[in-house]
Amino acid sequence: MKLALRLAAAVLVTLFFLFPIYWLFMISLKTADEIYSYPPVWWPETFQFGNYVVLFKDGDAKTVWNSLVVASASTVLAMFLGTICAYSIARFRTGGEHLANWIISQRMVPPITVVFPIFLLYVFFGLVDTYIGLILLYTAFNLPYVIWMMRGYILDIPIALEESALVDGCSRWQVLWKVVFPMCRAGLFATAIFTFVFAWNDFIFALVLTRTEVTTYTVQVTHYFGSQSNFWAKISAMSVLGTLPVFIVVGFMQRYLVRGISMGAVKG
Amino acid sequence: MADLKIGGLHKYYGSLHVVKGIDLEIPEGEFTVLVGQSGCGKSTLLRTIAGLETADKGSIEIGGQRVNDLPPKDRDIAMVFQNYALYPYMRIYDNIAFGLRARKTPASEIDGKVKAAAKMLAIEHLLDRYPRQLSGGQLQRVAIGRAVVRNARLYLFDEPLSNLDAQLREEMRGEIKRLHQELGKTMIYVTHDQIEAMTMADRIVLLREGVIEQQGAPLDLYERPATRYVAGFLGSPTMNFIPAVIILNGMKLSVRLGDGTALEIPSSRSGGLGPWQGKPLLLGVRPEHLSRATGELRPGAATCDTKVDLVQPTGSRTYATLNVGGTQVVAEMQAHDVSAPGERVTLAIDMNRMILVDTATDKVISS
Ligand SMILES: Nc1ncnc2c1ncn2[C@@H]1O[C@H](COP(=O)(O)OP(=O)(O)OP(=O)(O)O)[C@@H](O)[C@H]1O
Ligand SMILES: [Mg+2]
Repeated sequence: MKLALRLAAAVLVTLFFLFPIYWLFMISLKTADEIYSYPPVWWPETFQFGNYVVLFKDGDAKTVWNSLVVASASTVLAMFLGTICAYSIARFRTGGEHLANWIISQRMVPPITVVFPIFLLYVFFGLVDTYIGLILLYTAFNLPYVIWMMRGYILDIPIALEESALVDGCSRWQVLWKVVFPMCRAGLFATAIFTFVFAWNDFIFALVLTRTEVTTYTVQVTHYFGSQSNFWAKISAMSVLGTLPVFIVVGFMQRYLVRGISMGAVKG
Repeated sequence: MADLKIGGLHKYYGSLHVVKGIDLEIPEGEFTVLVGQSGCGKSTLLRTIAGLETADKGSIEIGGQRVNDLPPKDRDIAMVFQNYALYPYMRIYDNIAFGLRARKTPASEIDGKVKAAAKMLAIEHLLDRYPRQLSGGQLQRVAIGRAVVRNARLYLFDEPLSNLDAQLREEMRGEIKRLHQELGKTMIYVTHDQIEAMTMADRIVLLREGVIEQQGAPLDLYERPATRYVAGFLGSPTMNFIPAVIILNGMKLSVRLGDGTALEIPSSRSGGLGPWQGKPLLLGVRPEHLSRATGELRPGAATCDTKVDLVQPTGSRTYATLNVGGTQVVAEMQAHDVSAPGERVTLAIDMNRMILVDTATDKVISS
């Protein structure tokens, strides 16, 4: 009885969260008439893939590729730089007691307050509307988060493991590679996912710092909101394209995600 | 030739002065035990030798080469840590092979070496497992195997047995000792357990607050301690200390205790004691040198009459607490020598084996 109740609750909650996603997929597969019809069409007669075909034909789908490039590159960069910074802070107390707190406070800055100064800088350096520009920005913005998270994971590693490796013949770099990375693998993946998702979902920086060449999909979606009419089909098709990569990434890394998040919390 | 030579070594943690000028030479192949109370700097000294801490002053030479500025990996040292320090994500085999791989040993040699080390430590059947699937004793064997396989010049152990229960500890003690005999390597072993030190060491180095209090063969330290601290540190139950003064009793020197009891000093031990007459001293006697006087006294024994306060039988021996010269002392007796508290006994004190400590300096004045 109790189990049945719990199960019912679980199903309800899942439906509640899944519905918008279901609706998004459906809209992207409907005809214009079906989108506006009342009562709503829960399941279109035939799936209209035309909305997607148009996106690929017009080249709009390339914006998803742009997002993928900047999000992936900035994630790799931020993870690499952030982890070695974190190691240095955790193990050598680089920057004293409070550097880590100071660094994480950088992450609290509202993006909107810095985006225009950065825009002016980027104009000066010719970085507006370039991959490099966005990658640098996302890397910089994610670094504090990566440093903070990885520092926690590294502090959890028993130091004797590293010392033992040092005595056994490893250099510091080898210790990082052979001991630190394997020991906090789950943490690395979990942090990387959040870093990726932040860059992937960013709108404000991409809006201000791109024009035509490296427009990301989040910005592209807004182009379909017209003054007279909104292209709901295109909006939803674009959104689906933007959602799929995240689903795939998280799907593959779910195992690490759960463990990585709970790792810092449970273990002292 | 000394395999390890330390000269004037100092180490600070911030403003905390932990190692305060250590000079030490350890000959090749010797098993040295660094012993001392918790916090006296044993681990720090060992870690400085390994290069895990930098020396603030002084020199460290291994095999004639100054290693102060070498990173740990270039010091040709193997180390066994208290918490095993095994990699949880690697099988036992790979844990043991780790050091060989890190040093680019040819793959063809690794397998043979790992298997040989595993055989030596009787852990061959565990090679495919992960550390979490092993018991504490097995983990410790693996940790030792990791060091053994390396064939290093110098082996360092930092309290490797302190996580094990008493029985396992005893077994592993023998194991490590046997390993030392088989390998013939220079080993330094840290412990705060004086029994471990006594049973394992070729030589004991007793540390106290960052300086060497005394070093030497275990029985040397036990029988001829240089200070009250050493005398009290080694031995269990610990040595009894009774306030005393030296007096001239007729032609012979005696030790007089607080309640007036006079114990005659045998002539073999009285040399050089003349000037100490009347000075405040401590008489140090080990529990095993106190016994119940029966029949004829052994030469050099002195007696005093007293009463038993407490009896603690252990089976083979019985520890009796009694009052001698106003101080509670512990005597290690034969199992049936004393029966119950309140019993009146005549205690025989083996004055050949006593020590006298100058209370002003805590140094031993007779030996
Ligand atoms: N990393 C460190 N930073 C600051 N102080 C330290 C550090 N490591 C040790 N100490 C201090 O140095 C002193 C000596 O420590 P050490 O670990 O060498 O003692 P020990 O003799 O090994 O003791 P134990 O038997 O408890 O292991 C202690 O007072 C300790 O608190
Ligand atoms: Mg220690």
